Amino acid sequence: MFKILEPNKIFLITSKAPKYVMILFILVFSIGLVEALILSPEDYKQSHSVRIMYVHVPAAWISLGIFSSITFLSLCGYIFKNKHFFLIAKSLAPSGLIFNIVALVTGSIWGKPTWGTWWAWDARITSMLILAIFYLLYLIAWRIFEDKEQVIKITTLITIFGIINVPIIKYSVDWWNTLHQPASINIMSKSAIHSSMLLPLLIMSAAFALFSLLIFLMKYNTELIKLKNKGLDRL
Amino acid sequence: MINELLNMNGYGSYVWSSFSFTILSFSILYVIVKLQYIKEKNKFIAKYGSLDTKKAKIARTQIINQEILSSSQSI
Repeated sequence: MFKILEPNKIFLITSKAPKYVMILFILVFSIGLVEALILSPEDYKQSHSVRIMYVHVPAAWISLGIFSSITFLSLCGYIFKNKHFFLIAKSLAPSGLIFNIVALVTGSIWGKPTWGTWWAWDARITSMLILAIFYLLYLIAWRIFEDKEQVIKITTLITIFGIINVPIIKYSVDWWNTLHQPASINIMSKSAIHSSMLLPLLIMSAAFALFSLLIFLMKYNTELIKLKNKGLDRL
Repeated sequence: MINELLNMNGYGSYVWSSFSFTILSFSILYVIVKLQYIKEKNKFIAKYGSLDTKKAKIARTQIINQEILSSSQSI
């Protein structure tokens, strides 16, 4: 059913793709940096500090997206009894964690001039910190458990518990009275931010997505070679 | 112009540190993942090279093994 996921076939593509993704990432990221730091206007309320949004928001979006994907892949792996789904999920996790950390740190830096504090135990910020803990648990589980069946069960459980936190992160600003501002961009309705700010935000989001794809491909190739190393031992 | 860009009405240190942290995090992650890749590939090459004729013949039949040996992943 999932013949496309066979290492022999997939490695032919994934071994060649990183260099092209890298070139595209550098190009899009450079354009994004010029847009975010020079061309986009300052905010009438937040002044130039609004520029932090161009790294903070895409990082948060992608870390949430990656965790949701990891959960979906883990469940697919469990349902279809295909270990390749777990390999893809495992390869996605490092970039997800980095994006989560970037979102937390840049959010903290943004908080100082905006709210007058580096950190607040606010619902949105705390739930993002909890997501980082789930990422860490997930990655640690892959490192410490040697038995394949055991690690698959444990990491799937971690993602199932962790995914409960994702809607909490998303709706925390609506459910509770938080220091964090509500969402300015909504797919279903008109965005609350001007197109001159939306454009750099979207370009930076595309650049971050390309970077996560690059890291995923490199990590995935490493995992496949690791498998083949074990295969050579068994010959 | 450059001073204005660096200072950003007093917000420069916040903005530049955010962007610097992001780029630094990306660079560190990239280097770590790249080193892991090189380590595994070198291990594979060493193991492949030490196979006896019979085992090497079997290993050669798998396309992925040939692909790993030939892939440069120069980035």
